[in-house]
Amino acid sequence: MAALNMIQALNSAMDVLIERDPAVLVIGEDVGYFGGVFRCTEGLYEKYGAHRALDMPIAEGGIVATAIGMGVNGLRPIVEIQFADYIYPAFDQIVSELARLRHRSGGEYSAPVTIRTPCGGGIRGGQTHSQSPEGVFTHVCGLKTVMPSNPYDAKGLLISAIEDDDPVIFFEPKRIYNGPFDGDHHKAGQAWATHPMGEVPEGYYKVPLGKASIVRPGSDVTILAYGTMVHVAQAAVDAAGIDAEVIDLRTLLPLDTETIAESVQKTGRCVVIHEATRTSGFGAELVAEVQESCFWHLKAPIERVTGWDTPYPHAFEWEYFPSQERIIEAIERTLETD
Amino acid sequence: MTSETNSGLKSQPQWQSRLHVPTASSRPDQPADFTKLDIPPAGAAERPATDVPAEQTRELAYGLVRVLDDDGKALGDWNPQLDADTLRQGLRHMLHVRAYDERMFRMQRQGNLSFYIKCTGEEAVAVAQGMALKSGDMLFPSYRQHGLLFVRGRSVLDMMCHCLSNSRDNIKGRQLPIMYSWKEGNFFSISGNLGTQFSQSVGWAMASAYKGEDHVSSAWVGDGTVAAADVYHALHFAATYRAPALLNVVNNQWAISTPQSFASTGTTFAARAQGFNIPGIRVDGNDFLAVYAVTQWAAERARQGHGPTMIELYSYRVASHSTSDNPDAYRDKTEAERWPLGDPVERLKQHLINLGEWSEEQHQALEAELKDEMTASWKEAVKYGSLEEGPHWPVSAMFEDVFKEMPAHLRKQRQDLGV
Repeated sequence: MAALNMIQALNSAMDVLIERDPAVLVIGEDVGYFGGVFRCTEGLYEKYGAHRALDMPIAEGGIVATAIGMGVNGLRPIVEIQFADYIYPAFDQIVSELARLRHRSGGEYSAPVTIRTPCGGGIRGGQTHSQSPEGVFTHVCGLKTVMPSNPYDAKGLLISAIEDDDPVIFFEPKRIYNGPFDGDHHKAGQAWATHPMGEVPEGYYKVPLGKASIVRPGSDVTILAYGTMVHVAQAAVDAAGIDAEVIDLRTLLPLDTETIAESVQKTGRCVVIHEATRTSGFGAELVAEVQESCFWHLKAPIERVTGWDTPYPHAFEWEYFPSQERIIEAIERTLETD
Repeated sequence: MTSETNSGLKSQPQWQSRLHVPTASSRPDQPADFTKLDIPPAGAAERPATDVPAEQTRELAYGLVRVLDDDGKALGDWNPQLDADTLRQGLRHMLHVRAYDERMFRMQRQGNLSFYIKCTGEEAVAVAQGMALKSGDMLFPSYRQHGLLFVRGRSVLDMMCHCLSNSRDNIKGRQLPIMYSWKEGNFFSISGNLGTQFSQSVGWAMASAYKGEDHVSSAWVGDGTVAAADVYHALHFAATYRAPALLNVVNNQWAISTPQSFASTGTTFAARAQGFNIPGIRVDGNDFLAVYAVTQWAAERARQGHGPTMIELYSYRVASHSTSDNPDAYRDKTEAERWPLGDPVERLKQHLINLGEWSEEQHQALEAELKDEMTASWKEAVKYGSLEEGPHWPVSAMFEDVFKEMPAHLRKQRQDLGV
């Protein structure tokens, strides 16, 4: 075991698989010599050479298309899209091609591509370095969608994603690359070394796709969150002294509906949290899912706490970011009913 | 699905890769060597008529238009014959940009700005091109052409207030510093996404032609962005409809850590235009006179109805990509000094001194004046607020301009936030 931050944990996952499998390589902008703008591929170029930490031109559509071709021809590429905000030039290749290739060819062709991309705000990145487009991809059939909230899960989930024979969009919340973040930007940053999930085994291990994690057991209300918001939610319920069960979804698709239903049927209340914009966000899917599986157990309307339906504003980052206060208010509304 | 089906622990072939991967002009442990670059002498390139068919511009696409020689003499057909006042104005704008960059970079390092991008060494691109265009021409810049704003007379105070996202920021605190927008100066809103504005500029130019107007568009991308599909959309549509568009590629050799060799495919960027039946001209981007002349030629050609021109501005990114990277980690520290085409400010200064129209004393006095102006403007700008402390626009401004009229769901969200 070693104390790793999320960047190092992701790096370790790629290192382990590139070493084990000659078909695995990482491709993208600045991922080779430089080691990635967030340093996620640092050292891979030195260790495995320019062909396996392969720098690519600035053309996300070209990068994903290349990955599909490589995947069809026996390789297992890991694509790094430098920011989730820059994934859209690859949208057609992801939606019309990567996601559907297996289905449209009657199972003849498929491409085991993993697309890693940093998402989320809280870093003063403005509207082009802060978005959380996960809901755009969960809406596409044929893609698995993952977002870890800590280094241990990040490594285990990334190994599962790379080894998965279906395409996986792997979102990395960049606000928590270096340490957990509880939503209070005035506080000094915490390091992953001080967090139990910053303890990461060396070598190979997997965290399965499609399995949520109950990060805080409780009985009065179920909180569904993922990525950075897992930490904000935990801090909020601790601060307010609420006996909440906080579930880190980890994989959005396929969704662990069993764990969710079991929890909400127990608590009778549910609050859904994400940083992405509200309308048609993944939270809407979660609310529908809970409504279908837990309707007769619900004691209060399901609440959503999300980013607003505006582009991520540079000056008003903290008014946009779902705060502990907004989360507590939403939980309290659900607790008002008996 | 599981590791059994594909695990590397199973017997795997040991492949010997035959893939070609381009290399860089330098790395920290590999010194830059530009001695093999083919730099033609100043004054050698021929200046064709503005109605020349594209296929007759091959030499310009693979060559390099240069006017100023190493001694600061202006030579050849491409000399735009500018008067001394215009040259001094150009020098002043370039020094102005440099003074602004230095001040703002320092402010970012002191924690007053979230981000900044300098254009050090590339000042001639935006300044000479901006000066060669007319005020009604529309500018679609990338994030390294803020020199255009100085040419068009934007107030430095307003630029600083934008970078601070404060109460005087004309774009209401919505964008990162340097993502300017200035409609009054026909300067398009900068997108953080690369290349998108290149093809949009062609649409703007097509509308100008559609309306029978004389205005042309001018758009900029860097060498790295030439990989983006939008660049080919721009070339294709501009050629098809003979749009009055200037399509500029600033080849500053680096896209963050990625050398231009990953975008150039071993040839010039100007050569891309040939296949689209568009003239491509490669110009010494650190030569104020050559940049001015080529831009003037392309704008004239566009106004005459002969369609677009692609211009490759051959330059060097002396600065880091942005305040978020340290270039010493990926290139030889001395590479900028070794760059064979020199510094655009020094070259124009030398030319003016040779003409007897400028002196070292005047130069130093101007630098001092501009530095003082930056200090005064910054003091004034922070009176309108800072990023961390405000004042900003009211928080409710976040919900405005998503649509022209605010729909009910956004109004409700605004009320939920209590603003």
